[in-house]
Amino acid sequence: MLAERKTEKVQIQRMLQRAEPRIFHYQFVADPLSVRYALRAAMARFLRQMTETEAGTLELILAEVLNNIVEHGYENSGEGSITLSIVRDRRGMNCAVSDDGTALPLECLLHSESEGAGGHVRPDPGKLPEGGFGWFLIRDLAEELGYRRENGHNLLAFRLPLEPA
Amino acid sequence: MQLEAEPHGGTLVVHVNESRIDAAVAIRFKDLMRDLTAPPADRVVLDLSLVEFLDSSGLGAVVAVMKSLSPEKRLELAALTPNVARVFRLTRMDGVFRIHETLDSALCEGARDAG
Repeated sequence: MLAERKTEKVQIQRMLQRAEPRIFHYQFVADPLSVRYALRAAMARFLRQMTETEAGTLELILAEVLNNIVEHGYENSGEGSITLSIVRDRRGMNCAVSDDGTALPLECLLHSESEGAGGHVRPDPGKLPEGGFGWFLIRDLAEELGYRRENGHNLLAFRLPLEPA
Repeated sequence: MQLEAEPHGGTLVVHVNESRIDAAVAIRFKDLMRDLTAPPADRVVLDLSLVEFLDSSGLGAVVAVMKSLSPEKRLELAALTPNVARVFRLTRMDGVFRIHETLDSALCEGARDAG
């Protein structure tokens, strides 16, 4: 009886160990160093489940999204919080980021390669731009990018597809 | 942020002894680079071999440094790690910078130009 219960306990523990690395949930203060720390924690959680290239891409997308919230959503106030959730499934890394900062301008989500087409214009390398790359990187690299504003909260969701293991 | 400048003839090499150039250090990077690149030199080679992560803020800082150095000094890049090289490629900024595979090849070229 006791032995049976012990076996059950071990089985549950194993199940939790298997399930646990697939989910990451973290809330942090909206400042650049906290973003860095959050990225490090997220990458450490999933590192062994991705190729090096996929890990680099995920970290880049997340950094761009989180830095945008710090710089624009909270206007570099160093106040406010960000919640980052990542769930790994067969299709890839499903990410959700929420914050209580200002609303995301919708043109950030629009693809446009030329002026006048609506949305931001891709920075022209010849003009030596020092910024404006963030959303282009996010849109180029992420899939199923979706945004919702509700009761003063922003929710941004996207997926990084992974090569089948 | 740890940066180290080392003169090689007319070339000033700046080693970035950091694993990241990101939003948290972008301004500091620009300030330090301005101080370190004050000595006269024809070109500055940024050794990025230890940098594993660069975001768009870091990229913007590198571009800002290049602009602040010109026209007296050229900024060239050396020994990009795969993740960093990809950011330059994705933003098409790889066409704007002279990028060397290794620091040695960057220095060899400098020596040839001088000779």
